[in-house]
Amino acid sequence: MSAPAHASAHHAPSGFWRKYVFSVDHKVIGIQYYFLGLFSVFLGMSLSLLMRFHMVNPEAKVSWFATLWPKAAAGGMMTPELYLSLMTMHGTIMVFFVLTTVPQSGFGNYFLPIQIGAEDMAFPVLNMMSFWTTFLALVVMVAAFFVQGGAPLSGWTAYPPLSGAGPITGPGEGIGQTLWILSIAIFCGASLMGAINFIATTVDLRCKGMKLMRMPLTCWTWLVTAILGLLGFAVLLAAGVLLILDRVAGSSFFLPSGLFISDQIIANHKGGSPLLWQHLFWFFGHPEVYIAILPGMGVTSHLLATFARKPIFGYKAMVYAVLAIGFLGFLVWGHHMFMSGMNPYSAMAFSVLTMCIGVPSAIKTFNWIGTLWGGKIRFTTAMMFSLGFVSLFVSGGLSGIFLGQPALDLYFHDTYFVVGHFHMIMGVAAIFAMFAGTFYWFPKMFGRMMNETLGKIHFYLTFLGVYGIFTPMHYVGLVGNPRRYSDFTNVEYLAGVIPVHKFMTYCAYLTAAAQILFVINLFWSLKKGAKAPVNPWHATSLEWTVPSPPPFDNFAGVHPVVNHGPYEYSVPGVERDFVMQTDPPTAVPAEG
Amino acid sequence: MGMAGSLTHETIQGPPPPPPFEGGWGGGGGGNDGRGSSRRASFTGLWVLLAASTMVFAAFTSAMVVRRGLSDDWASMPKPPILFVNTVVLLLSSAALDMARRALKAGERGRFNTWWTIGSALGLMFLAGQTLAWMQLKDAGVYVSTNPSSSFFYVLTASHAFHLLGGVSALLYVDVQALRLRLGPAKRTAIDISAIFWHFLDGLWLYLMVLFYVWG
Amino acid sequence: MLLAPVVWILTVVISYFFAAKTWWFPLPINQHGAAYDEQFARTLVVTGVIFILAQFALGWVIFRYRDDGRRAEHFHGNNKLETIWTSATAVLFLGLVLMGTKIWAGVHFDEPPADAIPIEVLGKQFAWSFRYPGSDGKFGRTELKLINDAGGNPFGIDDKDPASKDDIVSASLKIPAGKPIKLILHSRDVIHNFFVRELRMKQDIVPGMEIPISFTADKIGVYEVPCSELCGLGHYQMRTTMQVMSADDFEKWKQQQLANK
Repeated sequence: MSAPAHASAHHAPSGFWRKYVFSVDHKVIGIQYYFLGLFSVFLGMSLSLLMRFHMVNPEAKVSWFATLWPKAAAGGMMTPELYLSLMTMHGTIMVFFVLTTVPQSGFGNYFLPIQIGAEDMAFPVLNMMSFWTTFLALVVMVAAFFVQGGAPLSGWTAYPPLSGAGPITGPGEGIGQTLWILSIAIFCGASLMGAINFIATTVDLRCKGMKLMRMPLTCWTWLVTAILGLLGFAVLLAAGVLLILDRVAGSSFFLPSGLFISDQIIANHKGGSPLLWQHLFWFFGHPEVYIAILPGMGVTSHLLATFARKPIFGYKAMVYAVLAIGFLGFLVWGHHMFMSGMNPYSAMAFSVLTMCIGVPSAIKTFNWIGTLWGGKIRFTTAMMFSLGFVSLFVSGGLSGIFLGQPALDLYFHDTYFVVGHFHMIMGVAAIFAMFAGTFYWFPKMFGRMMNETLGKIHFYLTFLGVYGIFTPMHYVGLVGNPRRYSDFTNVEYLAGVIPVHKFMTYCAYLTAAAQILFVINLFWSLKKGAKAPVNPWHATSLEWTVPSPPPFDNFAGVHPVVNHGPYEYSVPGVERDFVMQTDPPTAVPAEG
Repeated sequence: MGMAGSLTHETIQGPPPPPPFEGGWGGGGGGNDGRGSSRRASFTGLWVLLAASTMVFAAFTSAMVVRRGLSDDWASMPKPPILFVNTVVLLLSSAALDMARRALKAGERGRFNTWWTIGSALGLMFLAGQTLAWMQLKDAGVYVSTNPSSSFFYVLTASHAFHLLGGVSALLYVDVQALRLRLGPAKRTAIDISAIFWHFLDGLWLYLMVLFYVWG
Repeated sequence: MLLAPVVWILTVVISYFFAAKTWWFPLPINQHGAAYDEQFARTLVVTGVIFILAQFALGWVIFRYRDDGRRAEHFHGNNKLETIWTSATAVLFLGLVLMGTKIWAGVHFDEPPADAIPIEVLGKQFAWSFRYPGSDGKFGRTELKLINDAGGNPFGIDDKDPASKDDIVSASLKIPAGKPIKLILHSRDVIHNFFVRELRMKQDIVPGMEIPISFTADKIGVYEVPCSELCGLGHYQMRTTMQVMSADDFEKWKQQQLANK
């Protein structure tokens, strides 16, 4: 670093609290989000292991279950309501505190400002508040486990009347469900703050020469995700307010007349519409799917180009595809409701729009393969996870072609076919992108390299493991296996699929065990990894021009100037096989 | 793989900072004039915030339209007449803020302080008036659960009031700074932002009044 | 590099189980079911071909373009190719969905014939009940206050209403083969879902709404009806059966039910 330090107008804060806890530095906040997500993903995964165990051993008595849940697992046998609360919390924690948090708020916070040449986010204090609000939301969510009745059992979609009529609909529907809605509302607030920061930063804080069409694709996906979050979470917040009023203030937004629950006439609610909740929820819920996956697409595009040493195939098409997905994402929520009793004509409109959104997704896949074509692929662990992402994205995306047709949904709705579909495309595909991002950016974030051998073993085990868990879900879906069942022994035709479920459970154990390798790698590398150089991957974007880890205000007071697009690899006539974005214009012989 | 090879590349290219207000969406410039909020970024942030608030109220409105159309239990609720007084108070507060901004443009700090203080006080009065309206409704036996029309009335007015709390805090912050004679150029942004936000809440309130009297 | 064969092997294994139909649908028992299976097969072929091509292409580029000391090629894209595959995907996907609309329309837009047998379906936590109007073709009046599950009156039927005298209530669904049936679905507590695999039909049952579905089952047999929308802790055991009988047996069953009343 030859940059003069005194050029910086700002000084790094001193003192433990301002530096690491209530920090306004986007890099610290990004790392805080990352570790919040890491905690959440292990919590969510543990819940899923308990579920998978119970599904294939519904009668098993495990003594420490009784220790953990003296009531809901009295005698060590898990009750169906405990199973459903694990399921609800698994889904909620994974969707909100992992898939929404890590790729966007974690990596985005850390790398968006650096990649566009800014010193920080536009509103650093707001950024800090956003993280601590998210933290509060997580605390409130986890608290639902410890209240009377336990965590809610209505699933992450919380359909009323099950979620709206109070504890008479089941255990966990008391305080637990109220806390759940409260946590989601707090989370919405945090996401809105984050979205404001991401959009203002991208629009206004780009450095000289960083035209929009010179931004790395990661920045594009963070921008579009922020817009989706802004509009989507606003609606979820409104829906959450209405649902909580139905529960605590006796209003009837979603609760209809004529309810008779647990031998009681529900006289104080009338005239509400359960479908209204579904419309509001999925107006948020479908964009949420893209909030989870778009940053993953950005990371994948970015890494494929870097490690294939090639320009991204069709940069503009990729940008337009992201914008199209973002826009269409708001017009397809009804495909979650084909069987809900909504107008069947609107189902047809939603299905056509749904097929339309498949087109930009397909474009992305084609362009990824086009990017690899003719490349010189370096198989780093980060690249392996990106390639794995492409494979999973194809597999998970194609099952959507079945589910997007209302006619075929007549059979598949709420079967394991759906569970397999969304886990593959928005669950593990997004998580693969997170692993890719971790291996790729770890050197920059912590100044040390991760272990590649351990990383590759982890990759192969995880790749085979998730295919082993989620592919068979499609098969049992074909048999008509309903989802959200804690036990399959009551339905005769499910006898044949129980061995398949056993196989999935074993694969889940294996995959979970493989994650221990990741944690070891992460923490071992933090302490003992080889020192990372400034640009270990010979990549082009701005974060690779600054030390690892970057100084407090990223560029040490120097204002970077960008002269090239983000993916100038293997340019003919240039000796080195990459041109940094900040290289002088003369670095490239002719406009390439 | 040998990826972790040494690096020969020059690190940061560092010509002097770019001119602050160049380009925007299409351009290549960035007003990167420091850590944190430049004036332009603050405005972008404001527009984004207004978009989010608009979405929240759009969601409530569509819920109201659907809920009203779906069933036969919708009964128009009695609206406390004080709402009209509140409306006038809110509009006056917006006007006062505008007078204040004009005074500032003319360089008259003293007049700015007076008008801004009046505007903030009227804002607080509106909140007090709303509280009065809710109490009157409560005394008349109209609660959140009484009828869907009253449910929506409470939800919409409370959400509006929640926004207003933020707005009033911003106005008071500016006011305190102004009275302590600390209005540097950076505070101009705070003045403009809080005034625009306040005007937005004005417009939102008028929209809600129309909604209540036509549909509620 | 090793990833290429891994992807290929996975592709073969996954495709094998779809092609071999190791785990599969039961045979359909109505015309809609047969049409459904055709549409499923069409979609499976299209997506299957794309799946195999895409995964094999991925494996191929991984294998062929591994780092072997060459320099990578340099190009930024190809607008012609881009246009071709965009329009090809659009045509394929939209074509599929349009082909399926007839099946959807058949379920939701075709009015059931006038002589369709009306049956009221009641979903409640966590059991099913079915009500037949009897020979007068009229369902008797119901009231929430009269609901008595233990006493065999989950619908809350008012005995004083003459129309309810010959109403039959059953815990499982019995229908005659070859006759059009019209189910009227309603729930008294939370959302449930009526699903018969062999009919290839599914419909949410939403409290506060009455949702009709109609069909004609052709094959005699007993088919399971598992609740398919999360309804609470007993969701997994909310199951009943649909028995398709000959017209004679159906009449006999009805007489028997009336006699036992």
